[in-house]
Amino acid sequence: MADYLPHTLEETQQMLSFLGMDSLDQLFAHVPASVRLAQGLDLAPGMSEPDVAAVFAAYSAANTGQLSQLTCYAGAGAYDHEVPAVVKMLASRSEFVTAYTPYQPEVAQGILQAIFEFQTMISRLSGLPVANASLYDGATALVEAVNMAAGATQRHKMLISAGVHPHWRAVVKTFARGTGHEIIEVPLKDGVTDWASADPSDAAAIVAAYPNYLGVLEDMSAVKALSISSGGLFVMCADPLAAGVLKTAGDWGADVFVGEGQPLGTALSFGGPYLGLFACTHEQIRRLPGRIVGETLDSNERRAFVTTLRAREQDIRREKATSNVCTNQTLMAVTAAIQLGWLGTQGFAEVATRSARAAHYLQNELVQIPGVSPVSTQPFFREFALRLPRSASGVLEDLVGEGILGGLSVESLAGVSDPSIDGDTVDVVLIAVTEKRTRAELDRYVEILRKVLS
Amino acid sequence: MSLPGGRAASAPLLGHEIEPTIFELSVAGRSAYQLRTTEIPETALSDFLPREHLKTKSVALAEVSERDLVGHFTRLSHRQFSVDLGAYPLGSCTMKYNPKFCDAVAADPGLNSVHPGVPASLSQGWLELLVSLEDKLCAITGMAAATLQPAAGAAGELTGLLLMRAYHEANGDQRTRVLIPDSAHGTNPASVTLGGYEVTTIPSNDRGLVDLDALKAALGPDVAGIMLTNPNTLGLFEEEIVEIAEAVHEVGGLLYYDGANLNAILGVIRPGDMGFDIVHMNLHKTFATPHGGGGPGAGPVAVSSRLVEFLPGPRAARREGGGYFWSTPDHSIGRVHGWHGNAMVLARALAYIDVHGGEGLTRVAQHAVLNANWLRERLRATLPAAYDRVCMHECVLTATWLKNEYGVRGLDVAKGLLEEGFHSPTVYFPLIVDEALMFEPTETESLQTLESLASSIERIAERAKTDPEGLHHAPQSTPVSRVDEARAARHLIATEDAAAR
Repeated sequence: MADYLPHTLEETQQMLSFLGMDSLDQLFAHVPASVRLAQGLDLAPGMSEPDVAAVFAAYSAANTGQLSQLTCYAGAGAYDHEVPAVVKMLASRSEFVTAYTPYQPEVAQGILQAIFEFQTMISRLSGLPVANASLYDGATALVEAVNMAAGATQRHKMLISAGVHPHWRAVVKTFARGTGHEIIEVPLKDGVTDWASADPSDAAAIVAAYPNYLGVLEDMSAVKALSISSGGLFVMCADPLAAGVLKTAGDWGADVFVGEGQPLGTALSFGGPYLGLFACTHEQIRRLPGRIVGETLDSNERRAFVTTLRAREQDIRREKATSNVCTNQTLMAVTAAIQLGWLGTQGFAEVATRSARAAHYLQNELVQIPGVSPVSTQPFFREFALRLPRSASGVLEDLVGEGILGGLSVESLAGVSDPSIDGDTVDVVLIAVTEKRTRAELDRYVEILRKVLS
Repeated sequence: MSLPGGRAASAPLLGHEIEPTIFELSVAGRSAYQLRTTEIPETALSDFLPREHLKTKSVALAEVSERDLVGHFTRLSHRQFSVDLGAYPLGSCTMKYNPKFCDAVAADPGLNSVHPGVPASLSQGWLELLVSLEDKLCAITGMAAATLQPAAGAAGELTGLLLMRAYHEANGDQRTRVLIPDSAHGTNPASVTLGGYEVTTIPSNDRGLVDLDALKAALGPDVAGIMLTNPNTLGLFEEEIVEIAEAVHEVGGLLYYDGANLNAILGVIRPGDMGFDIVHMNLHKTFATPHGGGGPGAGPVAVSSRLVEFLPGPRAARREGGGYFWSTPDHSIGRVHGWHGNAMVLARALAYIDVHGGEGLTRVAQHAVLNANWLRERLRATLPAAYDRVCMHECVLTATWLKNEYGVRGLDVAKGLLEEGFHSPTVYFPLIVDEALMFEPTETESLQTLESLASSIERIAERAKTDPEGLHHAPQSTPVSRVDEARAARHLIATEDAAAR
């Protein structure tokens, strides 16, 4: 029987004797017998690590979608970017991995300073002055943004563009069951939010995505104008990599930036743990969800870092807290700080530029294939939607047979037919390209798709 | 006696030199990154992106060499206490040893390179893994089914409250209040508010348990349910749990189990058998997935059969005749995570459960409770327990007498321990105990380490008599001494730019 207990039988007996007991069962003697398990758990016996490793090797082998087998064009918030050995190794240092939340700053300066650096980087790439220490993922970060807007405006109507990732919209709706917010989805027209169809009066938040989930870059100044006229907060959901070449949330005048930080150094990981990014203006800082690290001095006047503005948080404010978040995604935030440190100013812009360039090269080639057409004529960043002459999931399956994870079917992503897209969404595929893709790989995608569709 | 393996006093925590920020290390033009050679034509951005979208100036990040990057983050890691370094008896946080094997499992590209949006046919291994974990978590908690989506304990709490709401609404029942003991974690009341309910606080009795009479007086047809941690945050088992469950069920309410303290009862007691309807688990506590300095965690929620139809979806499910597919319950409350939850954390937890098996998990709980009781008894004369009787996996001690006699507070004791090479216990929680020090040694610390920890606390108590002033200024041997928290809040510097160096 395997476990990680240090106790020898003699030590266990010695400790029990010290307590005046003679069996481990006696420790639970005060628990009513009616709620104690008579037979133990209905679980298989323990196995040694190498035996468990064999079980996991079988799980691994059954994942035929792993990227050792396929060239990846799937995106929708989760991208196949380069993460170098140096980032993986630094981020897996056990001092970072096996620490708890930095409640004792005297022995947690490592995590605290790394988070301070992370907050600085997220503040700069969002163009907003304050960023928090992370939230669970992009979707739940948007929930917090919507709650912040309700607190700031004392209103409950949320206008959310249908260009926001379908899963994010679903998560916002789930949590609105508790808060009672009214969630109004504003449809797309030619891939762009049809804001004119919505009534912005009394809106707490106007939520837009940049790029939107179809990859399209919408004009955010229209959203800013709506936010001004309605008095609601402008919440911009953005791909953090976009800031490598495109205007930031701050540049567009957003009040709140939320993002999915996975592209900043985290593996695809079947969807988690990822990294919820959150930044906002000074005006909203007292309503900021989650932890924030601030700089201060120690009693010997040395620079030190500590979690601050703690009076907002659940362990102090309890039912009046700005959010219930406690555990966040610190290790992913530290990883993002290391990845962005590795990329630097130039590398960050380069990854964004190369991803955008490669995406446009591929899109331009793919639309030459008979029966393939763009879903939107609007500009895009590094992801785009195409209409195929037949079911996207069928085509994607054929591509997998050729070693290509050719993208994601929009319908499988949205769960249902997306009314925002003209025509049948069954035929629509979403294709993402990162800096990792070579010209040879892109050319092969074009060649294989042509073959598959012919 | 052998020497302790869990004391970090001689660890290479660096001295008092400040580590520059990465921005202070930056030299314009220096770089570390290397990217693939792609041979894609180098067209200008403005050829394919409209000018009104383009940024005119690059986002400024640090510019460092790879060598400087490694030096910086390695030095930062040396300024950080961790479980791997030494004992971490931080109450309520279950900072047990995190087996390296589980990290190795999660490093397998066959798991971590799978895109979350691929069809089920390409991720059969993952779906099988998730189903296996769900089955085992249900066996451990005595529940019918579970969602693995919530990313942390608090996310699990809110998910559980939304399930409670969906259940009552499906019965055409409008309820407004949720009961919470005064000893509860702060996430409980915060989650209740977000779940759209009002909090009614139930006082503890003189035994540190829920006051059953007060509970009964607070019950009524408007009560949606109660959130309980059992053992509670005092480390005490709620011995009247059967009566509590009956009383809450009597008025049509549901029982929510906050799994923060599940480590105490693994394989000994199941929440389902105590009458709980909804259970969240903190996999990063009970099942030893590393906490990463504040996360990621994972907070699956298991429910009894009457709540299964409301669970978030999609959930991995076994297909009759073989294979796995995604399925969403009929009256699902919807998604609570962008994808499938913190999958790599879930994989680690399953590996931990598989290594232990049922009997191994029971031994975990037994030895966690043994260690906590040994420490409580060993410190009897130095720091008495707030409630003097057998505790579960943690014990809440009080430094009231040190404060009264020598003006040394619980916080001073906690800071003194840092100098001794141990992490502090949780201080000033639960709120109902004066000068509370909550110790949770966990099952993975040895007798030698516990003895060393107890001796350190005795030394600190001695020092309280002779050198209370010294303790007020402890710690001094750590990378920084006590930090000025008020200054941080008064003049917020949350970024390098605000620091204006």
